[in-house]
Amino acid sequence: MIKRLTIAERQTAMLLSVLIALAGFAMAVIGRGDPMGVHGWIVLILAGALFFALASALYEPEPTEDRAVSYYDDPTKVGILLTLVWAVAGMGMGVWVAAQLAWPDLRFDAAWSSFGRIRPVHTSGVIFGFGGNALIATSFHIMQRTSRARMAGHISPWFVLLGFNLFCIIAATGYLMGVTQSKEYAEPEWYADIWLVIVWIVYFVLYIRTLARRNEPHIYVANWYYLAFILVVAVLHIVNNLAVPASFGAAKSYSAFSGVQDAMTQWWYGHNAVAFFLTAGFLGMLYYFLPKRAERPIYSYRLSILSFWGITFFYIWAGSHHLHYTAVPEWVQTLGMTFSVMLLVPSWASAGNALMTLNGAWHKVRDDATLRFMMVAAVFYGLSTFEGSFMAIRPVNSLSHYTDWTVGHVHAGAMGWVALITFGSIYALVPVLWRKQTMYSWKLVEWHFWLALGGTVVYVFAMWNSGITQGLMWRTYTESGTLAYSFTDTLVKMHPYYIARAIGGAMFFVGAVIGAFNVVMTIRSVGHQAQQLDYPTGSEANEPAVPAAE
Amino acid sequence: MSVKERDPLTGHQTTGHEWNGITELNTRVPRAVWFFIAVTHIWALVYWVLMPAWPLVTTYTKGLLGYDDRTRVERQLMAANAQRADWTQALATLPAEDIRQDPALMARVAQTAPALFGDNCAACHGTNAAGGPGFPSLVDDAWLWGGDTATIMETLRVGINAPHPDSRSSQMLAFGETGILTRPQIRTVVNYVQSLSGRETQADAQQLAEGATIFAENCASCHGENAMGNQDIGAPNLTDDFWIYGGDDAAMFTTIDLGRQGWMPAWEGRLTTAERMALTIYIQDLGAEQGK
Repeated sequence: MIKRLTIAERQTAMLLSVLIALAGFAMAVIGRGDPMGVHGWIVLILAGALFFALASALYEPEPTEDRAVSYYDDPTKVGILLTLVWAVAGMGMGVWVAAQLAWPDLRFDAAWSSFGRIRPVHTSGVIFGFGGNALIATSFHIMQRTSRARMAGHISPWFVLLGFNLFCIIAATGYLMGVTQSKEYAEPEWYADIWLVIVWIVYFVLYIRTLARRNEPHIYVANWYYLAFILVVAVLHIVNNLAVPASFGAAKSYSAFSGVQDAMTQWWYGHNAVAFFLTAGFLGMLYYFLPKRAERPIYSYRLSILSFWGITFFYIWAGSHHLHYTAVPEWVQTLGMTFSVMLLVPSWASAGNALMTLNGAWHKVRDDATLRFMMVAAVFYGLSTFEGSFMAIRPVNSLSHYTDWTVGHVHAGAMGWVALITFGSIYALVPVLWRKQTMYSWKLVEWHFWLALGGTVVYVFAMWNSGITQGLMWRTYTESGTLAYSFTDTLVKMHPYYIARAIGGAMFFVGAVIGAFNVVMTIRSVGHQAQQLDYPTGSEANEPAVPAAE
Repeated sequence: MSVKERDPLTGHQTTGHEWNGITELNTRVPRAVWFFIAVTHIWALVYWVLMPAWPLVTTYTKGLLGYDDRTRVERQLMAANAQRADWTQALATLPAEDIRQDPALMARVAQTAPALFGDNCAACHGTNAAGGPGFPSLVDDAWLWGGDTATIMETLRVGINAPHPDSRSSQMLAFGETGILTRPQIRTVVNYVQSLSGRETQADAQQLAEGATIFAENCASCHGENAMGNQDIGAPNLTDDFWIYGGDDAAMFTTIDLGRQGWMPAWEGRLTTAERMALTIYIQDLGAEQGK
């Protein structure tokens, strides 16, 4: 992979890794005795390893082919592999967390393995590690294909991909050491947050520059969604993480917000992380891989426009529905609730657009598990957006809030929608990237599909039952007008559902392991022969594909 | 240059664009979509008119219904309290004997107390009130401060070693750590105390006599000459076989070596008098039931 860079590019990359290693060393020195110091060593070791890998290949021959006429797929390939590594790690942690809730002794009495520490390793591992790498890798692929142009740069894609993974590693190791800002899905401390801002700005510039050199007159829908994802996540991340470090040598900061403002900012962030990280980006994935695999035109361009602007506009308002019946003023709750309900139609329009696109290709859905992954993902997207709008209605929320129903809802979206569309896309993408006709084993894809679907259904039904039971027990009064059940009574009732949840999660996890194995075997079957490159195909009346001027 | 084609399956035209083989149809937005957009938006508009909704500079639109969460909750709390008043008043004011003789009131206690106990007491004393290491059982009839109604009510009100001004306070000295007793002396007195409750010990008669002397000099002032304890100061009876911190050699050695100071929160201000009365009666009955 390094051989495909020029010597000048290798030197730039070496310089960058030296700078990062120095930053790591500074953190290790200033933060000694604090988890920040440990993070400094991690940064130093990883950046140092990268430096030596580059140095050892520095004077290898330069690439001879004309790089401008082919697509640059190396970062995508590495991104797909990292996606699978995080899938196995993050989902494995999820099974452990679920098992701890059913059998608390599985903590084994260590501090690092307590629920409060490994739970964010699971959530960040799957959302950012698995989801984030999948988004970055597929966006690299799609931005080039739909622009019919090579990515704008050879260092910046690597900086984005590896820099983002460094953020994920700092986050996960920090949680195990007890480092947290106590903001859900924004747990990493200030230095990790600053690093992510740098990485994210490079990502945005890379995307814009690639689009700017496109050879297509129009920008395809998938790119709208990826851009919305990158832009809005930057805004959310920066605002919610505004904080003052307690010291420049320690992993501890104080938020710029307090009280109700803090809660509101956090859930504006939290809800739109769902909207723009877990929805917009993955809709971009859906909009490319589903029509590509089904070989059908998108059902309606007009519906695409309507749902894109509907989703981006309405989602931003809906965050306060996480704070119904709290100290947040009632008018804020009203806006959160009404915008959540208005959001439903554009969301369903997206799901409908995807499913209608399959008209004329349903026989393929039946025969091809890869396309079936995408179809079921669209169905779960529709189901969980309906459920989300429904749960945002205040009287419904008074039953569902603080119960396992919320957990079930999130996992219907995360497993049924996000993970299934990702796995479907990976199965569609891997043969293209490694120039194979098919995956190593279609039977394993089938096994993965049914395990994933079965696991999701078991998980979601367990949590629906548990959550509604819990919610109803909490509000049951005796004739005397006093509460009928203690909290412990509800826990006893939830225990069987917790076991069912762990089983559902384990099924999903086994599916992910099978998927990772299948991808590795597909790549191994390519062997050591020189990698073939992928070139833009002439699309419009076979006119020669000339990339825009550099 | 774009070529609009007609999709043979749907009959709709494409937009004429193509991206790596992907095309789009220019199908019009289905009427149902517009219809449901209209429905949800009209619903939102009506809701905004009726309910608190939009921020203004220093206030917000209050809505035609004049609905307000805070007043609604206050009203509901008042109504609930009024509905419960008949029996909570009685529980708070009547003596326990009168309550016990009134089946209607006892039915209220039976409905109310288990959940109260589960949410407030079970975390330490266990869901079955049998206690656990460090937390006394409430059903063994071995009371530290006394098991009659007035005493339990007072313990619940002020707590033990709690920040409450009237809190009961009690402490077992760290005899080993403070150098009052040597380690062999502690071992000797452990054997003696174990013998009081009929536990088997390996000590011979002479050692037991030595233990009795140590006990008389150091322990009797709180636990009494006969080791029967003293409920005025919360000193446990050592002649029964109920142990809060364990009755085996190691646990007793630790107790005498490092001392003990249990802690129970004061519930005044957190539970009403009626609720504390319900709990008291519930606990007494639980003990009587299990004692049978």
